[in-house]
Amino acid sequence: MNWGSWSAFWDMGGRGLFVWGSYGALLIMVITELAALRHTRKAALRALQEDHDS
Amino acid sequence: MARSEQQSNERYGGRWFWRYASPSAFFAPAGRIETLCWVLAAVLAAIGLYLGFFVAPTDAQQGEAYRVIFIHVPAAWMAMVIYLAMAFWSLLGLWLGTRLSFMMSHALAPTGALMAVLSLWTGALWGRPTWGTYWVWDARLTSTLILFFLYVGYMALAAAFDDRRKGDRAAALIALVGAINVPIIYFSVKWWNTLHQGSSVRPGSSSMATIMLAAMLIMTFAFWAYSIAAAMHRLRTIIIEREGNAAWLRASVLGGKR
Repeated sequence: MNWGSWSAFWDMGGRGLFVWGSYGALLIMVITELAALRHTRKAALRALQEDHDS
Repeated sequence: MARSEQQSNERYGGRWFWRYASPSAFFAPAGRIETLCWVLAAVLAAIGLYLGFFVAPTDAQQGEAYRVIFIHVPAAWMAMVIYLAMAFWSLLGLWLGTRLSFMMSHALAPTGALMAVLSLWTGALWGRPTWGTYWVWDARLTSTLILFFLYVGYMALAAAFDDRRKGDRAAALIALVGAINVPIIYFSVKWWNTLHQGSSVRPGSSSMATIMLAAMLIMTFAFWAYSIAAAMHRLRTIIIEREGNAAWLRASVLGGKR
């Protein structure tokens, strides 16, 4: 085990800003992409449905 | 199945490649691949992050800052691999005129762009504590920035034409021409004197500790699975958008609501 405590874990030997800035960006980008995937799928299905109904 | 597809299946003897080259045939398998890859991505990422943060030791030279490597290298690799995959499908589309090829290429582009941004961003945050700067105009960094612009150009071109076929072809051309940039990125650290370090991982040898390498490779597989899952999802959406008139698709996605 590398970390004696949670604060040591978040501190990352004084490099927390850089390490968590990287992993935070990964998290934000993945969430954004998943939301975009869901959004475009819903829009495509809605267009298909409307086209079908009319 | 559309009449022309039926004819082409007959013409090519119904070989598996041609069978799955039609959007109708690949729609369901793409969904199964997508589900499998989401699961793989989650499991591999959990293992990789556990190894990377709790098992891999502190680096003797870089301290904890090196832990950025577990996403920086996989993202940089994926940015290059996805671009090559796009170029491959674009070539196939231009050469054989298969509809699914262009769709495949379009489905990959946004995830490739995301990987390029992620590799640049994590590289900047890693460069600051280790090199003392977020950015330098060296060959590796500059060619990766160009890769990002190529992704953006590809997506812009694909969307720029009212005639979808023109957009497909214009974007395919930029995918093919831009592919020359990928070997330039890969070999840039050899060809030029760069601030960016050389490859830590080469076939048959590696300069990394085994546990660090294992965590990085597992994260790489997680990124592969994620990229495939995202691309398959996008592919299915594109099929819904483009093949909306086909009876099979209506039956498949609108289901009982018909």
